[in-house]
Amino acid sequence: MTVPMPVTDIGAAAPRRWKRPPILIHDLRWRIAIYGGGLVYLVLAIASTEVKWGRVYRGLDRGWRFIQGFLYPDFSSRWVDISQGLVESLTMSVTATVVGIILSVPIGVGAARNMAPLPVYLACRAIIAMSRALQEIIVAILLVAMFGFGPFAGFLTLSFATIGFLAKLLAEDIEDIDEAQAEAIRSTGASWGQLVNYAVQPQVMPRLIGLSLYRLDINFRESAVIGIVGAGGIGATLNTAIDRYEYDSAGAILLIIIAIVMVAEYSSSHVRNWVQ
Amino acid sequence: MPISTLDGKPVWKHRTSRQSLALWAGWLALVALFVFCWQVMTKDTIWMFVLDSPRAAADLGSRMFPPRWSYIDKLWWPMWDTLNIATLGTLIGIVIAVPVAFLAARNTTPSLYIARPIALFIIVSSRSINSLIWALLLVSIIGPGVFAGIVAIGLRSIGFVAKLLYEAIEEIDQAQVEAVTASGASQAQVIDFAIVPQILPTFFGISVFRWDINIRESTILGLVGAGGIGLQLQASLNVLAWPQVTMIFIIILATVVFSEWVSAKVRHAII
Repeated sequence: MTVPMPVTDIGAAAPRRWKRPPILIHDLRWRIAIYGGGLVYLVLAIASTEVKWGRVYRGLDRGWRFIQGFLYPDFSSRWVDISQGLVESLTMSVTATVVGIILSVPIGVGAARNMAPLPVYLACRAIIAMSRALQEIIVAILLVAMFGFGPFAGFLTLSFATIGFLAKLLAEDIEDIDEAQAEAIRSTGASWGQLVNYAVQPQVMPRLIGLSLYRLDINFRESAVIGIVGAGGIGATLNTAIDRYEYDSAGAILLIIIAIVMVAEYSSSHVRNWVQ
Repeated sequence: MPISTLDGKPVWKHRTSRQSLALWAGWLALVALFVFCWQVMTKDTIWMFVLDSPRAAADLGSRMFPPRWSYIDKLWWPMWDTLNIATLGTLIGIVIAVPVAFLAARNTTPSLYIARPIALFIIVSSRSINSLIWALLLVSIIGPGVFAGIVAIGLRSIGFVAKLLYEAIEEIDQAQVEAVTASGASQAQVIDFAIVPQILPTFFGISVFRWDINIRESTILGLVGAGGIGLQLQASLNVLAWPQVTMIFIIILATVVFSEWVSAKVRHAII
């Protein structure tokens, strides 16, 4: 059976060639305005960026030496400094993660709307917002000014930063729990503490463990940075090595950092699979 | 179900005794590790300074407030630089990250045993090294200035964008790829018509998210000489001009909150 085709003027027929629809912005005027604005910004930004090409060109030689330092790292000649920095970084990340978790569990429970009354909720959310808005480096600058140089200031910085991360994700997790289980525990006449222990904790525990391991990994990476402003750790060693143009030692330190981060990431994904 | 008998009656328990013993040992090991790390870390801590910290904090507070509001006039140009570092750096990072992501994704990589491990190594090295450390290196290689900051942000962004993008590529709907392949499309056309449209929203989301993080990070790159408002921060810290430091912190905080707001809005509009 043939379907009768509507006979219309050929000239007014739909275009035979398929055209790809535009990406994201469908209105032509908006598209021109946004793309044009982006282009103007780019031109302005590139024009106002001073690049001393001569200096960059002269630096290529050093860049090459750095790449060589990466390929032939020198672990031995600064090993005392490197190992001390590493020990500081590792111990700092472990203690800061543990203390951070201990502090962020009550704050996280307090910041979950279904577990805490409004004033507690607001107070806990304020702490989280503050910890997230202040970057580690800025906190480290202030804490080094207060507590003096060394890993103790770094430990405090990382603990503070851990609160913002863990408490926020924990609070969101608690808000997403299966209410039926909480309802069941509540109907047995459980107190608030028993509710947290028997209804909330089993539901959020696997994710909390996963997040804690992830945070341990982040804390180690951050500990390499806050050393630059005097808060101890491998960052201080790295800073010294680069200041002395010892690229082979710097390459060794960076390779150690990469290796530890890889091991941490790999093992934490295994532990997470095992817990969940 | 673990049940123990007490006075001849069965009593329900949460765990078997073996499980609870293992749990107890685990906690003990954790506490021991913590105490050991604490001992090692605080071996050189001067507790005098720590005990003195409330006084030091009060002293610092009194120096930091009130902020020097007039200093803001000198901060507009560094802020423009900071914005440029973040934006241009993000663009560089994206341009390099896209091919790396296609090389790293299991379903688009040309060779599983050569290209993929190389791409994954690029991603891991870029991700494990913070942009401040990249900046530290680049300042010593290509000299201080905005350009070092842009390259540092770019290098750090490669790993982040490429990792999230290649995970998105691996999770695409394979049926669309088959449909386009069945029409006789070449490899490039398959990528263009079957894969790109599926990952485009994710790609824009990731880019804006990374731009937001980069704004945050570019504000401090100046601490090691890589341009932006961090240069002013370093200069003020060096002369202990705490009211100026407070002013810079306020500006940085405002920028961070603003960029987070922008990125949340844009991501909401796209996805």
